[in-house]
Formats: sequence, C-alpha cells, structure tokens
Amino acid sequence: MTTTTLPPGERTEPKSAPPQEFTDRARSERRLGWLLAGPAFVVMLLVTAYPIAQATYESLFDFRLTDPANRSFVGLGNYGVILTDPLWWQSIWVTVFITVVTVAVELVLGFALALVMAKALSAIRPVVRAAILIPYAVITVVSAFAWQFAFDINSGFVNSWFAWLPGVSENTDWFGDRWTALFVICIAEIWKTTPFISLLLLAGLAQVPEVLQEAAKVDGASWWQRMRKVTIPNMKAAIMVALLFRTLDAFRVFDSIFVMTGGANGTESVSFLAYRQTIARLEIGLGSAVSVLLFLVVVFIAFMFIKVFKVDLSQQRGDQ
Amino acid sequence: MPDVSRVGDDSMRTGRAGPSHSRRRRRAVAGVAAAGLLSSVLAACGSDGEGVPTLNWYINPDSGGQAEIAQRCTEAAEGRYTIETSLLPRDASSQREQLIRRLAANDSSIDLMSLDPPFIPEFAEAGFLADVPDDVADRVTEGVVESAIEGSTWDDELVAVPFWANTQLLWYRESVAEAAGLDMSQPVTWDQLIEASESEDVLVGAQGTRAESLTVWLNALIESAGGSIIQENAENPENIELGLTTEAAIRAAEVMKNLAVSDAAGPAFSTENEDASATNFESGEAGFMVNWPFVWPRALAAVEGGTLDASVPEDYGWAIYPRVNEDEPAAPPYGGINLGVGAFSEYPELAFEASECIVSDENQAYYFVTNGNPASSAAVYDDPEVLDAFPMAPTIRDSLELAAPRPQTPYYNEISVGLQRSYHPPSAIDPGLTGERATALINAVLAKEQLL
Repeated sequence: MTTTTLPPGERTEPKSAPPQEFTDRARSERRLGWLLAGPAFVVMLLVTAYPIAQATYESLFDFRLTDPANRSFVGLGNYGVILTDPLWWQSIWVTVFITVVTVAVELVLGFALALVMAKALSAIRPVVRAAILIPYAVITVVSAFAWQFAFDINSGFVNSWFAWLPGVSENTDWFGDRWTALFVICIAEIWKTTPFISLLLLAGLAQVPEVLQEAAKVDGASWWQRMRKVTIPNMKAAIMVALLFRTLDAFRVFDSIFVMTGGANGTESVSFLAYRQTIARLEIGLGSAVSVLLFLVVVFIAFMFIKVFKVDLSQQRGDQ
Repeated sequence: MPDVSRVGDDSMRTGRAGPSHSRRRRRAVAGVAAAGLLSSVLAACGSDGEGVPTLNWYINPDSGGQAEIAQRCTEAAEGRYTIETSLLPRDASSQREQLIRRLAANDSSIDLMSLDPPFIPEFAEAGFLADVPDDVADRVTEGVVESAIEGSTWDDELVAVPFWANTQLLWYRESVAEAAGLDMSQPVTWDQLIEASESEDVLVGAQGTRAESLTVWLNALIESAGGSIIQENAENPENIELGLTTEAAIRAAEVMKNLAVSDAAGPAFSTENEDASATNFESGEAGFMVNWPFVWPRALAAVEGGTLDASVPEDYGWAIYPRVNEDEPAAPPYGGINLGVGAFSEYPELAFEASECIVSDENQAYYFVTNGNPASSAAVYDDPEVLDAFPMAPTIRDSLELAAPRPQTPYYNEISVGLQRSYHPPSAIDPGLTGERATALINAVLAKEQLL
C-alpha cells in the first residue's frame, strides 16, 4: 500500500505566481488587503523590527548602563568575546538538549492527546478538551514553581512517592545535579506546552479527508496502516508547523530555569545568559550581542524548517 | 479606571439600533472611556491636588513594618509631606535591577529607596544617589554601629542613611551542644562545629546554594581568617586586585569544602538557602546553623500557628559567628538596609527629612520588635521591649561591632556572581585551585573579556 494524499489540484495552496494582468477587481482586492493588513504590519514593525535594530546597534558598543559616559564603539568585539567563551557553547548545548527532548516528547504526547480529543465521545469531548488545555493556561512561572515544590527535597512529594524507583530516595536533591535538574525542567516544559502542540495537531487531524479514511477502510487497512499511510502523510504540514512553532518557543526557554535553578549546576540556557549580561550585569552591549546571536539561531531554525523541510505555513490558515 | 474591553462589548451589543445611532453611541462611549483613562493617568502623575508633596519610598518586602513607619512619619510630618511605599521584588539582586533600570532612565518618582548595602557603591558611583547634606550626615551617624556606617559610605563619604543592620549569628540547639560537650560561652570554630555535629548525627546549617548567600558566607570566612575578597580597590575595574589566592582565602575555601563533604552537610546542601537552613534547624535535623535573626520570630510564629512545638524555640541558643582559626576573632556577615535618596527626586530635602524620621530610634525599635530586623542604632539595644522580644539582642549588637561588610565596589555584582560560579557547589571546591580560577574568571569578566 502506498501513501495516500489528495492530488495537488484539490489542495488550496496559495497561487504564489502572480498573474500577468490584474483585473480591476483583483487590484481593488489587493488594495483592500493592504489596507486591512497594513496597520498590523506597521505595528509589527514597531514592536519587533525596531527593538531588533536597536539591539543590533547596541551590540556594537561597550556600554554599561550605570556608566553611559564611557560608552565606546567596539565593532564586532562583543561577538568575539561571546563566541570564544565556553559558557556560550555550554548554554547553546543545554538549550539544544532541552529543545530536542521537550519537542520530541511533546510531539508524541501531543499527537496522542489530539487523537483522544478527536475521537472522544461527543458527550465528554468538551470536558476532555478543557482538561487537556488547562496546563497551557497556567502561567509558566507558576507552573515552574509548582514543579519545583513537587520535586523539592523538603516540601516535595516526589521523593516519598517515587522512592521505590531506582535512583530516587528520600535524599534525592533534584536541583543539586545538572541532569536531574534538567530532567525536572524538561518535565515542567513538557507538561506546560504539550496542549499547544496537541491543539495544532488536532487542527491537522480535522484536515484529513474522511473519504480517504473510508476508502482505506474499504480496502481493509488496519488502524495502524491507516495512521501511517493516510492520517500522518495528510497532516504532515500541520505536524511540521507544530514542530516549527514549538522548536522556536522551546529554544527561548527561560522561566523554568530562572525559577528552579537560577542557572546553577550548568543549566543556563541562551536566554538566561542574555538576561544575566543585560539585566543583572547591566552590560547592554554584551547582552545585546547575546540576544542578537540568539535571534540569529532562531532565524536559522525557522529558515531550516521552511526551506529544507518545506513547511507550508499557509496550511494552518484553516482555508481548506 | 474604566474597563475599556467591557466598553467595546457594550457598544457591540447595540448593533440592533440603526447604524448611525450605533456609531454615535460607540463614539460617545469611547469618548467617555478616553476621558476617564486620561484623568486617571493624570491623577497618577505628580502629587495630589492639595499641594502636599508625596514621597515615594521603594521598599523591600517585609512584614509590613516599613509601610507602618511610612504611615507614622506621614502623620509626624503634619501635612508637609506624605510617604507612599512601593514594593520591590523579593530578592536583593532583583531589587537592584529594578531600581537601576528606573534610575538609569532618570525616574523622578523615586524619592526614597531601601538599599541592600553591597549595592550602594554602584548606585553612588553612577550618580543615582542625592548628596547627603553634612548636617544630616552628622545626625544619622550618631550612635550608629560601625558596620552600618561603613556600609553606607563610599569614597569616604556618607551616601546613604543607615537604617537597620543585620548580622548572622551562630544558632545552636542547647541540648545538642550540651550532648556534644561544646562550651558555647567560649568562641567556637567551624572545625569544632563539624566534629560535634558528626558525633551527634545532626547537620550544620549554612547556605551552600548558588546565590548571594554563598558570597555572604565566603566573605565572612575570608574576613574571619584575616583576609579580604578585594585586596586593593581601584576605580578602574581592571585594576581591582583580588585576595582569593591568599592564605586566608585558601583557609576559608578549606572550611567550606570540609563542611560540604562532611556528614554535617545535608543531602541538599548545594541548594540550601536561609529558609531551608531554618527549616532544618526547626525540625531538629540541624543542631547548629549560621543564619540571620529572622529565624527567631519565625520559630515563635510557627509555635503560635501550631506547626512547631513550644519546646523547640526554648532549646534555641545563640552565639557569635564561628571562628575560622581558633586564635582569630570571627568577622560575621553584615547586611540590612540603608536608605538612599533618589538623585532625580523632586523633593530631596523633604526626602532626607523623612529619612531621619524613618530611622529614628523609636521606629527602629518598632521595626526590630515587630519585623525582626535589628537596629543600626546602638541605643535601641537597651530598649526593654526589644530585649523582651529578642533576648539575643546584646549578642546581635556585639556581632554588628565585629561584622565585616562585603567587598565595596561598583562592580559588586560581577564579583559576587563570579564567586558564586567558582565556589559552587561547595563540595567541588579545591582550596588550592578554586581561588585562582575565581580570580582569573572575575578579572576576565571585569575586563569584559568573558561572559558571566
């Protein structure tokens, strides 16, 4: 059995090649489009492009907030300091580790939850959906504190409940060691953002044409075959979009680390490093350079997803 | 303030009326909302309409003492000014971050601020503190313990008003000390404490977490051993000479390491903060601990709340901070809060007048008794009410006379965080090497050649 997707002609992909001649109607629609989207576009420029430009500019200076008189131009010097510092590379790897682990687990869990939400009996469907979405409604700092208290050696219940597991005892200090601390940070992140990914995947599930499923059933395909050959190929775009959004989000992890370890025991992420230079150390130049590098990494991830994995963002517009 | 989102909903519900009517009504509603918003914004700016200046006092979180003192001083001012308090974040570094960000933008709403002493040089050097008039300086240093004056001074000038002065004591369970045969009326050393705790199977509470409290501990150990974190201070951060490779610093690192790897350190020693130490001490897991005096009212409150047996605080004993070397007096940690007047304040004279009221002996005694924050004025320690609530007050005063402040430099944050990175976890300290590594790191950070 081969993978079954709808023929390209039946998809509603945007026609990216512009027609040679606009009709009056097309022209006025375009104008209306600009009028409608224009204000949002301008606001986006103000709140994103301007800070990015300013951070890029500041990153070229040696500038301490408490000592503005001695601000001096250092060119790419700050970038040199950062890229030759082992701390930067350690933070990058910690961030990559958290991103890969959390996104992978979330994808599997999120998919399972999306199936549950899609297939749940209609009577309990609203309850199931609400229950699954609750963690996403919790503020990240609050969720970080909740998980910290759960694993805390004094106030937590995890040590006493799971003492039967090898490696866990009454005296396990989860935040005193790098890998156990990262484990708790990942759990908190997964708990908090799996609903987001499952919501995106639920939208993708709804896009899989029922006709194909029925056709496969008629052909005698098992549940697993239908899943592999019909459902997943047809929602590949939704999966990739969900992955893209979550990866970009996960790469900026900050709150849980800030609350749980404060960056101790080698758990600093790149965002935390930027915070420490800019806000705590008040080195605006150095901190801006870290932020610009973080931005470039995020752009690189987005670029890879869109160009290499060919993620089509228009699939998420719900216009099918 | 009118709830703008609700206004929008209401106007949308009028859709059944004709379009022009609906639009007029929507405009009217929007106009009312805008006017309401504007007036509330305007009211929030500046002082109130009657011309009584409002002084904003940015306070660190406490048990309500500073708000009450603000109220008292407002009443005492008889209409010349009113003091309003604004709450800063919980931990000292976040307080510093918020104040500095505001002051760097020349925020004139900061009239008074409660400052953690190690950050005072940074504020003073950046020009964020108004000059203390000579006559005020004379009055607010009279009868004040030495460490509090030192902590308010930068470049040989008083730049803040000493408010309350904190110090760590050695707390012990009398039953444990007795069983271990320790004579607590005599100075004890860290080595003795570790030995006694191991023999009695209890912990020594100290702050091994990667936070400011680790610097507090390390500084006290180095100062007690006769050294200093900063040996030679300098205006140019690159010329600051650190004393982390001296004999005293190596000895201090040894003490830290010895405790961290001994059975006297709990399993969570590398994440133990002041609260965790207090909890262990209350539960009896720890027989000794170094901690601030807040642990006393904390235990009494727990007894009152029914979560702690009344016999527990009765077993509490206190003494001067442990020594590093037997023949050298200890240099306990110094902390507390001093008052700075914002350089961009519209009413600096009134703010200094208010600060004198805030730090009056009467208010300091009130603050000590109700909030557990020890006074910087020596006279307060003779107040019978204070002695009644804090039987350890005389020990606190003696400790404050011995106390050594943390390194005074505008680059304190870099030095402190650099130390925390190098000396954490304490069990991984290599007394011979950690000081060298910390020196290399901090020097590189001060020269802006490394991240922190």
